[in-house]
Amino acid sequence: MSTQPTASKKTAAAAPPKGKLALYWAASCGGCEIAVLAINEKILDVAAAFDVVFWPVAVDAKVRDVEKMPDGSIDVCLFNGGIRTSEQEYMAHLMRKKSKVLVAFGSCAHEGCIPGLANMSSREEIFNTAYRDTPSTENPNGTRPQHKTKVPEGTLHLPVFYDTLKTLDQTIPVDYYLPGCPPEADNIWAAITAILEGKLPEPGSVIGATTTVCDECKRQRSEKRIKRFRRTWEIIPDADTCLLEQGLLCCGIATRAGCGALCPQVNSPCIGCHGPNDEVHDYGTRLLSALASVIDSNDPEEIDRIIEEGFPDPVGTFYRFSLAASLLRRKKRSTNGNGTGGATV
Amino acid sequence: MADAQFEPKIIGFLCRWCSYTGADLAGTSRIQYPPNVTPIRVMCSGRVDPTFVLKALVSGADGVLIAGCHPGDCHYQQGNYKALRRYRTLLKLLDQFAIERDRVRLEWISASEGDRFAAVVKDLTEKLKALGPLQWPANWEEDGGRIEALESIVLEHEEAMEVQP
Repeated sequence: MSTQPTASKKTAAAAPPKGKLALYWAASCGGCEIAVLAINEKILDVAAAFDVVFWPVAVDAKVRDVEKMPDGSIDVCLFNGGIRTSEQEYMAHLMRKKSKVLVAFGSCAHEGCIPGLANMSSREEIFNTAYRDTPSTENPNGTRPQHKTKVPEGTLHLPVFYDTLKTLDQTIPVDYYLPGCPPEADNIWAAITAILEGKLPEPGSVIGATTTVCDECKRQRSEKRIKRFRRTWEIIPDADTCLLEQGLLCCGIATRAGCGALCPQVNSPCIGCHGPNDEVHDYGTRLLSALASVIDSNDPEEIDRIIEEGFPDPVGTFYRFSLAASLLRRKKRSTNGNGTGGATV
Repeated sequence: MADAQFEPKIIGFLCRWCSYTGADLAGTSRIQYPPNVTPIRVMCSGRVDPTFVLKALVSGADGVLIAGCHPGDCHYQQGNYKALRRYRTLLKLLDQFAIERDRVRLEWISASEGDRFAAVVKDLTEKLKALGPLQWPANWEEDGGRIEALESIVLEHEEAMEVQP
C-alpha cells in the first residue's frame, strides 16, 4: 500500500492515457464478479491503468450511458455469463460494438457452465419448475412472466426468456476466453497484465495453458484399467495415486490446465470447469472417449453394468460445464419438426 | 414425420482392415444395397472418436454406422473393444439428448462379409426412413418474439431514460 501514492504520482507525471474498462454479467451466478476482486490489492493497479466506465455490480453507470459512447471506445470488456434472455443478447451486442477487446470471462460466457445445463429442459419445463412445481411456490392463478404487460400507465416489458442458453461466442464474435468457474486470481491477473503490456495471444484463443490438468497434477500415474467407477463418498483416496486409477471419475484427462490441479491436490476429482484443452471441439465426447476406453472389460453386459453404475447421468458427468458449447448444445426439442417450437409460453 | 420421399443420409466409419474391404466386396460382388451411406475409411473402429458421430449428426447426417472387425480379429488387438465401450457409453448419452438409439449403430463386418455389409446398410436405411430426418440444428432456433424484443429495447431506453427538455 505504501507504494501506491508514488505509483499514482508517477502515472500523473507521465500522464499516459488511461484505458477504459467495462465489466458485465449475463446468465451467471456472480462468482466471476467476486473472482475479479480476488486479485486483492492488485485491483489498485487495475484502477491506476483503467477507468472503469461500466460495471453494474460495483459502479453506477447506466446502459444509456454506454449506448451514447462512441463505438470501440472501451478498450477492454470482461463479459461473464451466458445468453438466456433478449436483454442479455442486446447487452452482448452493445458491449461488442463499444469494445475494442472483448473477453469471454469465466465458464458461463466461455461454455455455458451450470446455467447451460438447463438446455436439457425446455422453457416450458423450466417455467413449470420455477413458477408452479417448487414446494415454496404459491401461484394459484398460474401467472407466468410475459414479455408485455398492460397497466393503466402504459405497457411494461420483461426480457424474452429463450428456449436455449447460448454461449457468448454463439451470439457475438469474442476476442479471447478466460476459462474457469470462476477464473483463478492468478490467471485473471496474468490476462490483465497481458492486456496492459499488449502481449495478447492470437485472437480467438483461450488465455492460459494449452495442455491438460494431468500435466499439473503431481499424483503417480500408470496404466488405467477400471472395473468399477466410484463416487467420492465411497472411498478415502490414497494421496499419491492418480484418482482415476482409484476409480474416481476425475475429468483432469480432458480438462484444460491452468488451475494448478487445485481439486485433485485435495483428494477431490477434477470436474472440468476449465473446459477442453486446445484443439478439442467437444469436451464431453472427448472425456467419454477417454473414460470408456479404460473400462476393463470386453463383455458387452459387463461393460453396460460398469457404465450404468459409473455414469448414471452422462450429460451431468461429461458436460457439466460445457453443454451449451457442445456439438449438440441441447436436448432435442419435442416440438422440433412441426414448426411450433417454443411458441407455447 | 416419416416422408415417403425421405432419403436418409448415413455416414459410415469403416475400419480399413475388415469392414471397408467388406464394403468393397459388396461392390465387386454386385450386391444391391441402398446408396444412402457415405463411407469414410478409418484405420480402426477404435479410431472413431464419439465426437465424429456427433459432428456427423449435427452436420446433417440422419444416422451413423461404425463398422469394425469381429471381436478378437482387430488388427490392433484391442481397438474394436475400445469402440464397443465407447459406443455403449455414447448410446446412454444419446438417450438423454432424446436421439433415438437406432440412429447410431456399431456392427462387426469382416472382409469376407459383403452380403452382411449390404444387409446392415439396407436395414439401417429402412429404420432411418421410419424415424424421419434428424435436422438437429433446428433445435437451436429461437422464436417467441426474439427479434421484436431486441428491437424494442433501444426504444424503451430512449423513452424511459432520456430527460426531456
